[in-house]
Order: sequence, then structure tokens, then C-alpha cells
Amino acid sequence: MTTLTAATRTKVLQRQGAAVALILMVTVSWLVFPRFGSLDNLRDLALQGSFLAVIALGMTFVIITGGIDLSVGSLYALGGVLAAWGSQYGFLAALTLPLAVCGAIGLINGLLIARTNMAPFIVTLASLLFARGLLLAITDEGATTYQIAPDSAFVELGRGTVFGFGYPIFIAAALCALGGVVLNRTNFGQNVFATGGAEQSAVLMGVPVARTKIGVYTASGTLAGLAGALTAAYLQSGVTVIGVGTELDAISVVVIGGTLLTGGMGTVLGTVIGVGLIKVIQNVINQIGTLDSNYQSVVSGVFLLIVVVLQRMLRR
Amino acid sequence: MTLTATRTRWLQDNGVYVAVGVLLLFNALFTANFLTLGNFTTQLVQAAPVLIVALGMALVIGTEGVDLSVGAVMALAAAVIPLYLGAGPLPAILMALVAGLAVGAFNGFLVARVGIQPIVATLALLVGGRGLALVIANGQLVQLHDPAFLALGTDDVLGIPISVLIAGLLALMVAALTNRTTFGRQLVAIGGNRRAATLAGLPVTGVLVGVYTICGVLAAISGVLATSRLAASDPADMGLLMELSAITAVVVGGTPLTGGKVRVLGTVMGVVLMQLVRATLIKHDLPDSIAQMIQAAIIIAAVYVARERR
Amino acid sequence: MPTDPVIEVAGVTKTFAGVRALDDVDFTLNRGEIHALVGENGAGKSTLIKVLTGIHSPDSGQIRRTGRISTIYQEVNLVPLMSVAANLFLGREPRNRLGLIDRARRDAEAAELLRGYGITADVRSPLGTLAVGEQQMVALARAVEADADVVIMDEPTSSLEPREVETLLEVVRKLHEAGIAIIYVSHRMDELYRICDTVTVLRDGRSVHSGPLRELPRIELVSLMLGRSVNEIRKHGTTAFGEDHHADTQPVLEALDLTSKPRINGVNVAIRPGEVVGLAGLLGSGRTETAKAIIGALPLDHGTVLVAGKPVPHNVRAATRAGISMLAEDRKTEGIIPNLSVRENIVLAALPRLGRFGVISRAKQDRIVDTFVRRLRIKVSSPEQKVAELSGGNQQKVLLARWLCSEPRILLLDEPTRGIDVGAKAEVQALIDELAKEGLAVLLISSELDELLDGADRLVVLRDGEVAGELEGAQLSREHVLAAIAAEVMDDADSH
Repeated sequence: MTTLTAATRTKVLQRQGAAVALILMVTVSWLVFPRFGSLDNLRDLALQGSFLAVIALGMTFVIITGGIDLSVGSLYALGGVLAAWGSQYGFLAALTLPLAVCGAIGLINGLLIARTNMAPFIVTLASLLFARGLLLAITDEGATTYQIAPDSAFVELGRGTVFGFGYPIFIAAALCALGGVVLNRTNFGQNVFATGGAEQSAVLMGVPVARTKIGVYTASGTLAGLAGALTAAYLQSGVTVIGVGTELDAISVVVIGGTLLTGGMGTVLGTVIGVGLIKVIQNVINQIGTLDSNYQSVVSGVFLLIVVVLQRMLRR
Repeated sequence: MTLTATRTRWLQDNGVYVAVGVLLLFNALFTANFLTLGNFTTQLVQAAPVLIVALGMALVIGTEGVDLSVGAVMALAAAVIPLYLGAGPLPAILMALVAGLAVGAFNGFLVARVGIQPIVATLALLVGGRGLALVIANGQLVQLHDPAFLALGTDDVLGIPISVLIAGLLALMVAALTNRTTFGRQLVAIGGNRRAATLAGLPVTGVLVGVYTICGVLAAISGVLATSRLAASDPADMGLLMELSAITAVVVGGTPLTGGKVRVLGTVMGVVLMQLVRATLIKHDLPDSIAQMIQAAIIIAAVYVARERR
Repeated sequence: MPTDPVIEVAGVTKTFAGVRALDDVDFTLNRGEIHALVGENGAGKSTLIKVLTGIHSPDSGQIRRTGRISTIYQEVNLVPLMSVAANLFLGREPRNRLGLIDRARRDAEAAELLRGYGITADVRSPLGTLAVGEQQMVALARAVEADADVVIMDEPTSSLEPREVETLLEVVRKLHEAGIAIIYVSHRMDELYRICDTVTVLRDGRSVHSGPLRELPRIELVSLMLGRSVNEIRKHGTTAFGEDHHADTQPVLEALDLTSKPRINGVNVAIRPGEVVGLAGLLGSGRTETAKAIIGALPLDHGTVLVAGKPVPHNVRAATRAGISMLAEDRKTEGIIPNLSVRENIVLAALPRLGRFGVISRAKQDRIVDTFVRRLRIKVSSPEQKVAELSGGNQQKVLLARWLCSEPRILLLDEPTRGIDVGAKAEVQALIDELAKEGLAVLLISSELDELLDGADRLVVLRDGEVAGELEGAQLSREHVLAAIAAEVMDDADSH
């Protein structure tokens, strides 16, 4: 019975640890900083978080299979540039072009990882470089920034609001809800868990491991492209310099949200909470003003460390 | 079957040398002003910091690990230098190296003692380390004026720039460490078969902590040299994405990510190859975009060839 | 006896890298039968199972299968982090109208189903939180629910507590009643005799006996499993061991009350300098575990290891420093470092003594390596050859050399002659003899009875993780050992 209580403790700490931290952070911030609780600030917070949440959603699936996707930062930037370039041909082009191209790169990642047994780390590192190169190639080495006509329907996708809350927030929320259902209530989701939990056993249990891996990397690439498109719509241009290190932010929030980096266990809700936590910390540090914004990454790093050490301790 | 196996094996072992040879030949024939002393010096000076980091990375990868924090360590070293430069260049350099040593030892502790996967343990420091460097430096770029310190980046001995000399010396030292010392052989054995190494009574924890510490110190040395050459402490950009360049060079140089083997000369050649690729593309006015895509292709090709070892 | 075969194998041969894992094997499994498949390590059981399930295709011979086969492996092959119910139904989950997994129904059905297997744990908790026995039961349930006609169980009880074994055997009986044919691989005599109808004994890749189990006396079965390999008998006896070694000094190694449940329980072993003590017993009786406990590689519930009367801390480093060395059974995963050369593999454990300030002296190394290569007659093109390229026998000699050059006082040898050719085998045996004469204390583990009888001065017989007897002098005979191994089995049979 000791194993059970230990497991329950692990579950509580892993599943709820980030949530408890988030609630604490929000409560304290609300009390200490009058501006924090303002509707404007909360709307902004949610909007900023929604782009990262879309990327982190894909990363959650990848990490649960025991893999990692370093290419999402570059794909995020590439998606934005493609959307801005495509917007001259209309709404549909602006949306489908980034999804198709980034999805295709994700698919190639998946094929290389699943079919040739190369390490996910190195394959996606190569596509990080490749996607950045592609971005530079279509922007005259970064010299051209494609603008999106302010009155186009595509801009509405990024800037439109409901009760002041931006469309991207709803898109991210819908996708995360869908992701949760796919993960927990479909065969594909079960295969994702089995692949990451014990790959050899999964093969013996008849799980299509290769297909599952190809699926998650394709999804991760597509979602990164979508996040880029939404960001471009919001900024009304395809900014070329974003996304550097975004893959690390995505990995961090997934891990902080309680998903095991070794695979086999994780939740979409945890990732969403992880995004919230990082964004609130960022927001608060900005509010303090006297504090250097560089503390953000220090705090993220420390959080990450605590979570990983705790996970390790509790698994013993 | 065996013929292909032999050929694959040969390619794994010598591919990087062939590639460097081909690129040199190509440039000698088709690139204007390539075969000049000045050009070679420039190329080597540019490659030196990556090489120093890659040497440490090769050791870590030899133990079946990886160190993502090297770029952050370079930034930390850069941030520390102006704090102590008032006391003279030596204390400043020393403190920078201590910072690298501390981060490396901490990584080693997390990996060997706590038992966290290397990729995760060092990720935390990659995220937090650069932030810490920026906090230390108040997010500022600081111009440096100490002539003795700047000499590190500008002077040369018998025509060889100091940074290149240091990189070369360190490469020799790491080669000797790997091949001629107890520590080096234990490191390779642990990477090759950890269970057997444990059963043979090897000090697994100690060696792992040592390897990550060496990697941290080497990254700090690289940060010091790069800072001196820049004549400024720039923690925001110092060593950005260095972890990726270093891993690339090591892997392209024929050290397998699965551990159990450290190829020091291969790593040197891996760094030279990536530098040559970049230089060739620039000299032929090929844009950065193409350069990055070609680098991606080289990485995939190198790993694909190496993958059949087993 | 019913003759309605669901699996028929005729004349199957399978060769791996020149070694015959299966040699002209016949095997028949009838509907509704529980068939025991027994044999020591390397006898060919797992190869046969893999041929039956289609993972390997045989080089020659015929296989006829009718019906679905499910296999339950010794190591539970499920996903520990997923819930019990998810594991049970992975791939065939009940769906709701939207085509989504109906978790409530899945969990309810899983709970209902598992109750029949005696499991009442929460099916929503991760599988890994269950006891190993319960996990094994879930694997069994999964296999059975997949509508299998044949269930192959590979050592299903090896890591179970007695109570869990009872439940498992109960389930096996139920399957039997439902008409499912079972291949039961185990080394536990009492289990075999309680549930199995027929038995096939494999040895050295051949089927040496097949027939009704009850008509076969236990001592005979053990003898069939351990029997001397016909092709290895030499002029004087069967092995290359010499005379007994005489030692009447104090023991250099004393292992007291070694316990690591459920594998070993209160094992005591003492070895004097110059003495070879053999560990006898069937596979799974705790032989390897005892050696691992002595070297500090197996976490202990309790127990002490004394070297020359002084307690040794329970870790490999300390044990090595105290002069204990262990030649592990699995050369590949626990012995050789494949990427390194023969020279480096040999000097690995002795490295710190071979240099000054951590810098290795190549000359010293070469001298040592040269000595051992010649003394052990290791066949290499050069000491710089990669160890992975050597034959099994030469790899084993390299490992022996590794331990010898670290100058141990106590040498633990786990199956030192397994999987190596006849010539190398004799050489290794002669070497063990020589080492003991030089004053080394040797613990010898072997599945070959003749090797133990000839090589050891004294035998400690293990059964189910406990010492079942100690034999020396005139008692060192085949009959005595077999009796000791089979003894309690007979007592057991009486009490049932």
C-alpha cells in the first residue's frame, strides 16, 4: 500500500503543483499590484499566452511520446512570414500556406525519427536550422518584412475581439480542449501514451509506434505554423526575428505543467497552467518595474529545475 | 553486404576528413584569395571559440550525455569579467572560469547524483543561466578597455593568434586526457556500457561530475576569449545557440550521440568543416539562408551515416 | 490423452551466427493441454517460443498453427504509467456514440473483469502502482481477453510472492477448463507437477524428452535438464578440472544471511583461500542473485559480507576494493565495453594502479596485457582489436583477464563457460583450477552439473532462494545433488 500512497502524493504534486503555484501567484499579484487585476491586463495576459499555448500543445504530444521538437521556434517564425506573404492572395492562402509548409516540415521530422531511428533531438535541430534558412530565403535574407493589409479579414483573425478578449484566445482554448479530448479519449491519444511509456511493450501490444510518432511531429509542426500565422495577423506583419528560443519556452511550460520529459505521462491542462504561470511571472516582473525583465528567465529556469528534481525524487 | 558495411564504416570514420579535403580543394581552385595566410588566420580565429566548447561537448557526448548550458555559461563568463576587471585581467578571467566550473559541477551533480536526464538538467541552466548573466550585467553591453585583457583577442605569437593557440593547446590536452589518462578511459567505458562499468567498480559518479565540470570550464574559457575579441561584455548575444553549433560539430566529426567513443581530432575537423562551409558560401555570395539549409542537410547526412553503427 | 493439435512443430532448426539454437526440434501442443517447457539457460526455450509466435522464422522444418497465440513474458510487457484499465483495453476500448473512448464503461468493465482474476485494486490508478504479481495478472487477463486459443507463459511466477502464485495457478486452471491450450515455462518443480499434463525438455537446442509429466519422476526430470552434454566428454571425466584443492585456513569470504526478497532469502556462503565453492540449483533458484549480493550490485533487505573477517560496505566500489571481483553472466550487457580494444577491456578495472597522477603508462599496460593474452591464450590479431569482434570464448577470457589483473582475493564466476566453444571451455576450466591453487577463493556458478561436480571442492545447493544443502567429499555426486535439488519438491508433493 505504500506504493499507492506515494503514487497519490506524486500525482497531487505533479498534477496540482503547478496549479497551486498559479493560484498563489495570481492571488498575491492581485493583492500587491493594483494594475494586475485590471481587465485590460488580464486580456493582454491571455492573448500573450495563447500563442505560446498553441505551440506548447503540440510539444505536449511530442514529449509524451518521449521525444522533443526543437524546430517549433523556427517554424513559428516561418509560419508568420508565410502567412503575411500569403495574405496578399486572400484569407485562405494566408491561413493554409503556413499550416501546409510547417506541417510538411513536421512530417519530415516524424518520418526521419520514426523510420530511420535518428534521435529526435538532432533531427529537429537540423530542421530548426532549415526552417530558419527557408525564412531568410523568402524574406531577402531578413531584409523584407511582409505587411498584412490592415483591413483584411486575416488581420481580424488576430485582432478581432469578443468582450475585449482576442480571437486567438478562443482559438487556443478550442484547440487545447480538442487536444485534451484527442489525448484522453481517442485511440491515437492512448497510442501516444503507450509509445512514450514503454516503447518495446507498446510494440508487443500492437501499437503502431512509428505512425504515432509521425503523427505527433506533424501536429507539432502544424500547430507551430498556426501560432505563427496568428501572431502575424495580430502584428499585421510577418516579423522575421521572432521565435528564437521559443522551443525552449514551450518545453519549459510543458515540463512545468507536470508532463514527464521522459515520456508516458502528461496533460494538456497542465501545459495550459504552465503557460499561465510563465506569463503571470513575466507580467508581474514587468509590473515591478524596478526589477530587470531578465529575472523572467532566471525564475523560469529555477521553476523548471524544481519541477524536474521533484519529479525525479518522487519517482524513486 | 559486408562490402557495404565496410564502406559505411569507412565513411563513418573518415567522412569528415574527406569533406574537409574536398572543400579545401574546391576553394583552392575556385575561390579568389582563399590560399592566403590572412584568410586562414581569419577562419581559425572565427572557429576557435566553437572548437573550445565542442571539445567539452565531445567529452559529455562520449558519456552518452549532452550539455545544453554551454552558451549560457559563455554569457555568464562574459557578464562576470567586467565585475572583476578592475582588479586586473587575471582575477577577472579566474572568476569567469570559476563561474563555468560551478555551473558544470552543478550539471554533473544533477545528472550523476540526482539522476536527471542530461538534456533536462542542462536545459534548466540554459533557460536560467543567460537570464542570470543579464541580471548580473543589468542587461547592459559593457565596453572593455583593459589593454592586457584585450590583447588576448588581438595579439599573436609567431603569427598565430592567441585564441587559436589556446584552442589548439586545449585540443591537445583533451586528446591526451581522453586517450592517455585513467579518467579519459573510464569516461569512454562509462559511455560505452554503464552497467559493465559499474560492475567493474569504476567511480561512475565522480567521472560524470568531472566531465560536466570540464565542459563548463571549457565553455567559460571560450566565453572569455570571445569577449576579449569583441572588446565588450555582451551577455545578451554571447554564445547564443552555441550549444547547437557545438553538438553539430561533434556529431559531424563522428562522435556518436549514443556514447562510448570520443573523437577529438574528428571534433576539430567537424568545427573546421562547418566553418569552411560557411566561409565558402559567403565567399561565393551565397546567402545565409542557403548556408543554414546546407548545414541542416550536413547534420542529417552525418547522423544518418553514423546511425548504422550497431 | 486427446490428440487435437493446435500447434505442431516438426524438425525445426534455427541457427544464430553459426550457433544452433534449435536443432531438429519436434513439439506438439494439443487443445486444452497444459504443456510444460523446461530447460536451462541457452537450452533453446526462448528461441522455440519466438519461432512458435512467428517472431523468428526457422531455417528448416515445419510449423502448423491453428488459432491465435498470446504470450506473457517474464518481464511484464505493459505500460506502467498508463492506468490498469487503459492497459487492459489498449487498442480495443469501448466507444460512445461519438466514437470517443467511453472511459466510465472501460473502467467498469475492467474492474468487473479483473475481479475474476482476484484483483480489486483501483483500475484507474497507474499500472506501475500495482504489485508485480497483480501486473502479471493484468497481462494475463489482457492476453486471454484477446480471444487467444493458445497462451504462452514464460516464467510467469519468477517474481511473484507465494500468495500471488496461488492466484495465478488458479487462473491457469480456469483457462484450462475453458479449453485454452497453455505452454508453461518454469523451473519450479512443484508448480509444474501441480498443473502441467505434458512436458518437453530442451537441452542444447534439442528436445531430449517429451511425454506425460506425471509418469516422469522428478529426479529424472532434473537429471534430463542438467544432463551432461554428450559431445563434451573427455578422457578423464567430463571436464578439465584437476584434483580437489585442500584448504583448512579461515574463510576469506563470509556472506551471512543475504536476503533480497523474493529472490534470495537468508543465504550463507563461506569460501576459504584456495577453495572452489560451487553454487548449484536450477535457474531462478537465486544463484546469480547470491553472487550479485556479494559484490554489492543487488539491494539487500538484510545480510552482511565479510572479507577476512571485516564487513564490506554494500556497494560495488567497496567490494572491488576489498578484493572481490565478479565475472557477470551476461557478457554483452554487464561485461564487455564493445567500443574499446582488447587491451583497454583488460586493464579497465586496474587502470588507477597502472599510472602515475592519472596518466596511464602504456608500457605497463602492454606488459600486463601481453602476459594475460599469453597466459589465457586469448586469440587476437592484436591487443588493439575491438573486443566486440572476438568470439564468445575469447571475450570471456578477456573478462577473466580484466578481473585477474586487478589482483582479487575472491573471484565470483557466473557461468564462466556458457556459450563458448569446447576448447575454450576446457581452457577456462583449467585456469579456474590453477587460480585456486594459487590461493584465490572462487565461487563457481554453473548450470552444468558435471562442471560443478568436477570443479568445486564443496557445493552449496540453492532452491527457491534458500540454501537447500551443502555437499562435500563423498557427497559430491550426481545423485546427491539431484536429490538435494529435488528433495523439497518431493516433500511438497506429499503435502499436497
